[in-house]
Amino acid sequence: MTPARHPTATPALPVAPAASDAPIGAARLDILPLLLLPGLAIAALAIMLWQGVPVSTWITLTIAALAMGMMIFVIASGLTLVFGLMDVLNFGHGAFIALGAYLAMTTLIPLAGWVEAPSLALNLLALALAVLVAMLGTGALGWLFERVIIMPVYGQHLKQILITTGGLIVAEQLIHVIWGGDQKPMPLPSALRGAVIVGDVAVEKFRLLAVAIGLVIFLGMLLLLNRSKLGLLIRAGVENREMVEALGYRIRRLFALVFVAGSALAGLGGTLWALYRETLTAGIGNELIVLVFIVIIIGGLGSVGGCFLGALLVAQVANYTSYLAPKVALASNILLMVAILMWRPQGLYPVAKR
Amino acid sequence: MLRALLSDDLPQSRLLAAILLAIVLLLAAAPLLFGGAQAINTAAKICVFIVLVASYDLLLGYTGIVSFAHTMFYGIGGYGVGLALYGWGPTWSSAGLGLSLALLAGTALALLIGLLSLRVRAIFFAMITLAVASAFAILAAQFSEFTGGEDGRSFRVPEALRPGYSLGELPLIGPISGRTVAYYLVFVSATVLFLAALRIVNSPFGRVLQAIRENDFRAEALGYPTVTYRTVANCLAAAMAVLAGGLNALWLRYIGPDTTLSFAIMVDILLMVVIGGMGTMYGAVIGATLFVLAQNYLQKLMAAAAKATEALPLVASLLHPDRWLLWLGILFVLSVYFFPTGLVGKMRGARAAADRA
Repeated sequence: MTPARHPTATPALPVAPAASDAPIGAARLDILPLLLLPGLAIAALAIMLWQGVPVSTWITLTIAALAMGMMIFVIASGLTLVFGLMDVLNFGHGAFIALGAYLAMTTLIPLAGWVEAPSLALNLLALALAVLVAMLGTGALGWLFERVIIMPVYGQHLKQILITTGGLIVAEQLIHVIWGGDQKPMPLPSALRGAVIVGDVAVEKFRLLAVAIGLVIFLGMLLLLNRSKLGLLIRAGVENREMVEALGYRIRRLFALVFVAGSALAGLGGTLWALYRETLTAGIGNELIVLVFIVIIIGGLGSVGGCFLGALLVAQVANYTSYLAPKVALASNILLMVAILMWRPQGLYPVAKR
Repeated sequence: MLRALLSDDLPQSRLLAAILLAIVLLLAAAPLLFGGAQAINTAAKICVFIVLVASYDLLLGYTGIVSFAHTMFYGIGGYGVGLALYGWGPTWSSAGLGLSLALLAGTALALLIGLLSLRVRAIFFAMITLAVASAFAILAAQFSEFTGGEDGRSFRVPEALRPGYSLGELPLIGPISGRTVAYYLVFVSATVLFLAALRIVNSPFGRVLQAIRENDFRAEALGYPTVTYRTVANCLAAAMAVLAGGLNALWLRYIGPDTTLSFAIMVDILLMVVIGGMGTMYGAVIGATLFVLAQNYLQKLMAAAAKATEALPLVASLLHPDRWLLWLGILFVLSVYFFPTGLVGKMRGARAAADRA
């Protein structure tokens, strides 16, 4: 979870002990930001109890926040990794979200029989196929985007922002051309509709699925980043790109890979979000991208752990305030961002070199 | 005289000078030349957007920072004037008070955002402005009893600007209505604001901004506090956008989220700056004129083209008039790659090449 984890290496020669007590290269777990999550939840609980809201509502909201946070994390993780690795911020990320959702919708239309079937296995199979198509499609578009749009402007921030915004406009308009601009229904598979009721608490089934998928992605990403050669290279690239290049690894290829994976994750996230909303418009990307940006700023640009924490925080704030004070729900996320940036100007888990 | 007015920053290309002159003359004579309401609306829109785009160029082209909150300041100006006229009655003093309050609020907000995010990096600023602007747009729509929500507010303007008002009659031209007075108010204010922007970028302050754009480490090393300069530039641009918004509200007599706060307008501004030419104030004039004309007339052209190609399904939907943004988006991407200095840079470059030969 900590971004400041270096590949541990035992020095071959005796070296002077470091001034600090921490052993060289060991991971330092920064616990303070983690306390924000329970802190926020307890604060919200206190306010709700004080206002006479039943505890079951609080539990429902907290689980909803968890599900929403996982979906945002799935979308944001790719963006933050791409930024960390190659210093590229893709303002066109929203296009991948939308494309993923539209591809999934298109796949689900011929599978309507499976979607409506009362069997959970068939439902999940249909969803898995839709997600697969969405991820393949957005991954392919990501590859194209990286080659055509971003490659010529590496290292030029201003142009990157402009070019990727331009790419977003074009992609969004093409979605209009292909699928039309009207709102589309995105029905949930029959076995995932409705809620599970435990005592007083109603939990929507789809939210449980979203939480499960988000957790799997997060754990998979942690394993990949911390336990594989590829992950080692990615983390090393985030820390010091030139050094990885100097050691003979093709950082460009690595970057293209991460970009494609990040785009595919955006497609997955977009599919989940559209299912969560059960409707779909071409503006789905813009609706989410603001939250995604807030998340990666809060988490610290380039940090996957920070992104996870940030996504959960943002989702908590969004859910609690939309219940307690619905008019200021989005503004409350801005306030959260401002507060966190005052505390840590580089985000919760700043990445070392920046 | 002309040199002093243009702050010694001449167009530097005969073609550019001729085009600029033509634009200014046409805008100056618009109410006399074109009778139709659409033509005058287009001309007024061009004037407002010239100011808005020039102020954005101060940020993007001269200081090298990308803001996505420019429409927010534009909207603050519009809502300031509009809500004041709506709430306190259609008098000049309420318009003035509303505009002053909007200026104060806009500048304070720009200062706050700048202090919070300009210390770090360009990308940070871009993301934070995007977030703040979208929150602002949502708030404006949410507090509907105050702002009119999604529907916006229509309001009455001071009497001298109403269509029913008559200033008298001129020989050859005919009666001068309040709309004509309103148009000239917009035109003259836009001219003054544009010349002021030209003055700012050609002052020593503007030179420092350009130094920061080229290399902020060096600017810092030369002893210029870059954060302060960036923040001041941000506030100046915001104040100008507020004024443009106020002008727009006075002209339209209506204020709503779609005409001022939407992300689509932010995209329009970006397109205008980049197509006209970043870092050249004249680019704002060219970009805004071209874009507004395209917006009004290209769509008709595309409708005709779509009709002609009805038989080919994909081509027809690509040429559908609602898809004009697609083509401008492609133009935008291409111009960032191939002519980063836009049309103005191209015209100046042609002259430079001719000089060398």
